[in-house]
Amino acid sequence: MAQVTLNTLRKVYPNGFEAVKPASFTIEKGEFVVLVGPSGCGKSTMLRMIAGLEDITQGDLQIGDRIVNDVDPADRDIAMVFQNYALYPHMTVRKNIGYGLKNRKIAKDVIDQKVTDAANLLNLNDYLDRKPSQLSGGQRQRVAMGRAIVRDPSLFLFDEPLSNLDAKLRNQMRIEIKALQRRLGVTSVYVTHDQVEAMTMADRIIVMNGGEIEQIGTPAQVYHSPASTFVASFMGAPPMNLLDALVAENAAMIGGQTIAQFAGHGPVTLGIRPEDILPDPNGDFEINVTLIEELGAHRILHATWAGQTIMVSVAKDVTAETGTMHVAIKSDALSFFDAQTGRRL
Amino acid sequence: MKRIKLETIVDHSVLIIGSLIMILPVAMLLQMASTPDIETMRNGPGLVFGDQIPANFEKAMFEASGFSGENTGLRMLYNSLILGLGFAIGKIVIGMMAAYAIVYFRLKFATLAFWIIFTTLLLPLEVRILPSYEIVQKLGMLNTYQGLIIPLIASATATFFFRQFFRSVPEELIEAARIDGAGPIKFFVDILVPLSRTMIAAMFIIMFVYGWNQYLWPTMITTDEGMFTLVRGIKQITQTLEGTNLPEYGKSNILQIIAILPPVLIVIFFQSWFVKGLTESDK
Amino acid sequence: MKRAGFSIRWLPILLLLPQLSIILIFFYWPAAHAVRSSFFLQDPFGFGETFVGLKNYTSLLKSSAYLRSAQFTVIFTLMVTALSLSLALLLAVKADKVIKGAKTYRTFLMWVYAVAPPVAGVIGLVLFDQSWGPLKEFFGLFGWDFRLGVDYFDTAFAMVVISVWKQLPVNFIFFLSGLQSIPKSVREAALIDNRSASGRFWDVTFPLLAPTAFFLLIINITYALFDTFGIIDTVVKGEPSNNPMTLVYRVYVDGFRGNDLGGSSAQSVVLMVLVLALTVFQFRMVERRIHYT
Ligand SMILES: Nc1ncnc2c1ncn2[C@@H]1O[C@H](COP(=O)(O)OP(=O)(O)O)[C@@H](O)[C@H]1O
Ligand SMILES: [Mg+2]
Repeated sequence: MAQVTLNTLRKVYPNGFEAVKPASFTIEKGEFVVLVGPSGCGKSTMLRMIAGLEDITQGDLQIGDRIVNDVDPADRDIAMVFQNYALYPHMTVRKNIGYGLKNRKIAKDVIDQKVTDAANLLNLNDYLDRKPSQLSGGQRQRVAMGRAIVRDPSLFLFDEPLSNLDAKLRNQMRIEIKALQRRLGVTSVYVTHDQVEAMTMADRIIVMNGGEIEQIGTPAQVYHSPASTFVASFMGAPPMNLLDALVAENAAMIGGQTIAQFAGHGPVTLGIRPEDILPDPNGDFEINVTLIEELGAHRILHATWAGQTIMVSVAKDVTAETGTMHVAIKSDALSFFDAQTGRRL
Repeated sequence: MKRIKLETIVDHSVLIIGSLIMILPVAMLLQMASTPDIETMRNGPGLVFGDQIPANFEKAMFEASGFSGENTGLRMLYNSLILGLGFAIGKIVIGMMAAYAIVYFRLKFATLAFWIIFTTLLLPLEVRILPSYEIVQKLGMLNTYQGLIIPLIASATATFFFRQFFRSVPEELIEAARIDGAGPIKFFVDILVPLSRTMIAAMFIIMFVYGWNQYLWPTMITTDEGMFTLVRGIKQITQTLEGTNLPEYGKSNILQIIAILPPVLIVIFFQSWFVKGLTESDK
Repeated sequence: MKRAGFSIRWLPILLLLPQLSIILIFFYWPAAHAVRSSFFLQDPFGFGETFVGLKNYTSLLKSSAYLRSAQFTVIFTLMVTALSLSLALLLAVKADKVIKGAKTYRTFLMWVYAVAPPVAGVIGLVLFDQSWGPLKEFFGLFGWDFRLGVDYFDTAFAMVVISVWKQLPVNFIFFLSGLQSIPKSVREAALIDNRSASGRFWDVTFPLLAPTAFFLLIINITYALFDTFGIIDTVVKGEPSNNPMTLVYRVYVDGFRGNDLGGSSAQSVVLMVLVLALTVFQFRMVERRIHYT
């Protein structure tokens, strides 16, 4: 298992586009790190630099105890799982999984053994002699995993490996991958644009936007203390409510009503998670519910508050109707952001 | 029983007439090849097939048509095969290599190479036929297989075709292969070539037929009768029909049949590959 | 180029070497040579040459034989293209429609692709033979005394018929595969929207085939200009004399037979310009089409 250290790693594409702004962080041995962000924010570029598929424009990349900037992908002791699986269409499952080993000149019986072990682990025994075109999406996904596993790499890289699967299979594979990683204990970097995947799988999440790292933290940190309005609105469904508020005399106010004590002066952006707004007949605040979204286990109320739209999440047993409603706010769950920069205050 | 619609009858009639128009003219050659020459000379093509095909076949294959005695049907068949195979294989090998270099390598002058190569798609050999002849002559390649084949390869149809195909191969395949430790040669041999099998087959058929059927270029380049291909020999064969007392219709026509048979069989038997090659190459 | 392409230097150069050297020697050199020769007058006995500027070109324009060939080429190209495209479209539409025997028809209608042009020419010689050609006799029934190789019009007619016959399969194959690539859902939608079969064809099918048809138009023009050489050469039995001939055939006759290298080179250059213009036209049309969709 390896520790991975990025030191001001930067990528500028030949056309001059800066896809990754200088980024520094360390991934600990055995850690499962998820790179999350909207599409086009530079996640794949970052991952591909780690894999060696993309030249590093600036900075150092260290895997284990060596700087690998100029090391060939095959020699970085990594394995990668691609979004479209990238299975070799003309090879059987067995050959697909064993191809990397064969190129390392490993003895045939050793390869066979390893392929069989991987197939056992992934429930692929019955499919070893099929071609990828004869497999279902989930099975192909497993073959791609198998190809990664047999190499005993010190680092797993995943680039949106579940995006091509349907919702149900995606949930199942998410759990399988996570369990497998726990079992093997291999350091992993996992790229996704799906914040649910990020939240559920990660030991630590790295949120990216526009080529920059917005925040690095555990899922709980990222969810409860987002470092910026971007993270606040990207993580969580429905996202955090971001409201314009005014700070005066050590109090943050919306529509003239004091929400919480806060030092400072002038406009700020106030963040409240939808579940932190609680329906309460005795609540201090009055919102106007315009639409109710029924989700079974809970409901999302779309409402306006002092002229700003908000969402409120309530449990299924709370009765709700459109029209005026009184709510209370968990004041310890509030986040404050600079109104201009969007950074957390 | 369902009533057969008038429309269906019309459809089939059109198709049957079309098919007959395509088949009858060649069947006519075959009929003439099966009939004694004397009968053909008097009445032309008829409706009844005779029994002369084996005899004419033997004449066509083993009896020379020209003066040197070298251009027997067998010899011409051999030359045609060399031209068809040499052209097809040469073009595919060279085209795949060039396309591989252009698509899969970080080359500074890739764009330049691309334009140099693909400009050749614009001008068919026919428009530069004389200077090409002079150059082949200067290089001393008249009446050689190289002189026959190589200048025909100087256009980038196959390269273009393979470039299109390689570009449609998912990016991730080379990335996975690189992580799996495959270098450029291994990737080509282990992955890209097997992946291109159908494309190669399709290209091969198109190119073989194209090479086999060449006429103008072989007419200019080969004057030595031992170098004639079947298609090139046709002119001479038809010319010998003129001004003789009893023209050898049977022998001539069976040679025409032999000249079209290999490409026709390939096209018919490998129809789906052929159609794929034709429609996807888009020239 | 692939984003994770290999960065080895020497290998791609090695891979490109055969293609590039063949092209340089057998494409660029002759093309440049043709352009150059078109400005010179060659001594017929090979003793040097004199620069004559545009004289080869101006004498081309003054030559009535050349202009006659140019005129014939235009008409010939139009006839061959129009006839073989429309017949092929008709056959493709029918072949796409029938259920029984579709495969057999397809084979019958496309195999002539593999027939070499000069063999097609020989078939023409037989069909129109002076003494017993079946088509000659057939036309005789209507009082048309068909004289291949003697009468200018009759010879041109025969050339068109054979060239159309030979080109039909290519057009048929492309039209058929174009028709088969029209999504089933689109056909079904049209079936609901329009009662009349011909209405459906002209409103839905034909516009969807337009890109194929346009592509084929270019292919057919190129075919009529260049690939009919073998047909023409056999039909006139290598004796051009008064017979109609295309511009490409004239390049060969004047240059190779007549030894007029300068004039023939000028003709080659004219053809090159023609083909280039055609290609530019094609690119622009394709571009426009992409903008629409
Ligand atoms: N080869 C390239 N040349 C130029 N720009 C690129 C290239 N590859 C990706 N980009 C750009 O870099 C940005 C980040 O791309 P990528 O890392 O693939 O995003 P993500 O994986 O987060 O969706 C995108 O805006 C993309 O358009
Ligand atoms: Mg990506």
